[in-house]
Amino acid sequence: MKSFTQVSGIAAPMDRANVDTDMIIPKQFLKSIKRSGFGKNLFDELRYLDEGLPDQDCSHRPVNPDFPLNFARYHGASVLLARENFGCGSSREHAPWALDDYGFRCVIAPSFADIFYNNSFKNGFLPIVLADDELEVLFSEMYAAEGYELSVDLESQTVCTPSGQIFSFEIDAFRKHCLLNGFDDIELTLQDSDSIAAYESARRVSAPWLFDAVKA
Amino acid sequence: MSGKTLYDKLWDAHLVKQRDDGSALIYIDRHIIHEVTTPQAFEGLRIANRKPWRVDSILATPDHNVPTTTVERANGVEGIEDPVSRIQVQTLDDNCDEFGIVEFKINDHRQGIVHVIGPETGACLPGMTVVCGDSHTATNGALGALAHGIGTSEVEHVLATQCLVAKKMKNMLVRVDGVLGEGITPKDVVLAIIAKIGTAGGNGHAIEFGGQVFRDMSMEGRMTVCNMAIEAGARAGMVGVDQTTLDYVKGRSYAPRGEVWDQAAADWLTFVSDEGAEFDRLAVIDGADIKPQVSWGTSPEMVLSVDSNVPSPADESDPVKREGIERALVYMGLEAGQAITDIKLDKVFIGSCTNSRIEDMRAAAAVVKGRQKADSVVEALVVPGSGAVKAQAEAEGLDKIFVAAGLEWREPGCSMCLAMNADKLGAGEHCASTSNRNFEGRQGYGGRTHLVSPAMAAAAAIAGHFIDVRDLDAQA
Repeated sequence: MKSFTQVSGIAAPMDRANVDTDMIIPKQFLKSIKRSGFGKNLFDELRYLDEGLPDQDCSHRPVNPDFPLNFARYHGASVLLARENFGCGSSREHAPWALDDYGFRCVIAPSFADIFYNNSFKNGFLPIVLADDELEVLFSEMYAAEGYELSVDLESQTVCTPSGQIFSFEIDAFRKHCLLNGFDDIELTLQDSDSIAAYESARRVSAPWLFDAVKA
Repeated sequence: MSGKTLYDKLWDAHLVKQRDDGSALIYIDRHIIHEVTTPQAFEGLRIANRKPWRVDSILATPDHNVPTTTVERANGVEGIEDPVSRIQVQTLDDNCDEFGIVEFKINDHRQGIVHVIGPETGACLPGMTVVCGDSHTATNGALGALAHGIGTSEVEHVLATQCLVAKKMKNMLVRVDGVLGEGITPKDVVLAIIAKIGTAGGNGHAIEFGGQVFRDMSMEGRMTVCNMAIEAGARAGMVGVDQTTLDYVKGRSYAPRGEVWDQAAADWLTFVSDEGAEFDRLAVIDGADIKPQVSWGTSPEMVLSVDSNVPSPADESDPVKREGIERALVYMGLEAGQAITDIKLDKVFIGSCTNSRIEDMRAAAAVVKGRQKADSVVEALVVPGSGAVKAQAEAEGLDKIFVAAGLEWREPGCSMCLAMNADKLGAGEHCASTSNRNFEGRQGYGGRTHLVSPAMAAAAAIAGHFIDVRDLDAQA
């Protein structure tokens, strides 16, 4: 798994509540059997003025001049500022894949939908929860200053503004540990193979119906 | 000590290891897979040279991409016209063949939407943990199971280890008391719940649906409700096991039989919340207050009773919410204050993992029987959730009722719920849909979705606009 330690970069806005994963990456792009290449279709329906198709060259499509990510000042952004319940809806992991492929390394919001939050960590992509009033500071400072950059440090669990103001965030010890080290979840779990096998043996006796094979 | 909730019991029964850092390993009994969220997981297994831990715990079927017209379906995978969809369905077939996984292939009579075939075949049982790379997996919670959606990395993790790394969620009880009014359906109940608690209302929680309304509800109705737990923010929704559960499961093809049945049934009946179990959150609704529901906006919490008017942004004090209402009105092409019953429909979709079971088909057929679709409705699709639902409906003559009324009877699949196949809305079209999400673009680029029950969708197909299904006779 990809690790995350720290990032410093331009912040960009996705200034609306309940951004769903259909909005982050529309369904027609889910037909890909690959894990990469979703960045050009991130927020496709908001970013472009036409309907996007899979495997399309997006360089000649008409872009929506009113969508913030198309503003020159946000080009190259790596920190996304968002509102409550970010990533709701479908479980598609293509959502963090698309954000990551576009160049974002983390998203800061007052709350996240559970599945999106979980999926992000599997991809070295950090979802950060800050309080509403803290987000308000970041949004207003970002709108006020072109080239506004934030520094995120996972080890110290902090977001630092250009003026040196520091906001702390909470994160599970396990998730932090995995992310900092880029650990492979599966490898870690397989270290507990004996526990899994022991559980399975006991259950085969106490609840044998759970182990009836799915038959063709 | 206070008692345990249903979720506590399911968690405890599947806990392999509690780690010091607060995370835990949870054993997964049943893994259902489909074509969209698995190719990258199988690729990951191959790269790491790993094999599935317990291959006989997995059941596969293609559903999201499959065509629903009889013509395009006739030639199986090769017949899928969209080459990108075809590759994805073929990739599932190839992966299942390579790893020895049982798959109900595209034209197998048991094929269907993952969340329909799980309970229907008995592959998903009470007391189980069930996962699938799809957020509507909570449907199986109706059986008294812990079921939830996972991402593709977790699909790979469960394939390789039979476990999920998880952190225990909090407990939330949504209680609907009393008795529903005549003509009020499970879909109306769950839409009313989401309208009350909001799309983030269940974040971080497992929701148990309790109260008299759920005790009286059929299994298929409970599935409709649990299905949309995710639209209330909860990964998992569930209902305690009772005689209704056992009656539903008994005799299904993968359900236990004989002595093992007796042993299993006794175990399953313990999967209820104890008297006095404490929940972290509680929401209570009076069932008698629920009317037929219609979503007007672009979030599943933007729902009103059919006799209401579309809201005005001016009435909302929260600026983020006000902007959300303004944006939704523009996207949906609606005026603030407009009556819900004045919304005209271009299309109707009856189907999806929320509402494509036999009871849904019967409810819709009962409404359209002997009536005609409005001319202004250009397309009305009825898409059964599985081959078994289709066969049963045809045995009851429901297909003929739909066709006689001017609706189309299709082959099973996810269809226009998310429009990954050819079934979709055109830009600006309004659709009365029995699906679960009204997000922008969900049913097609620029499409406008209104979430309703099967009976309400059927009534809209006849009237050409929304109408309280209970008033249809009066207007005929």
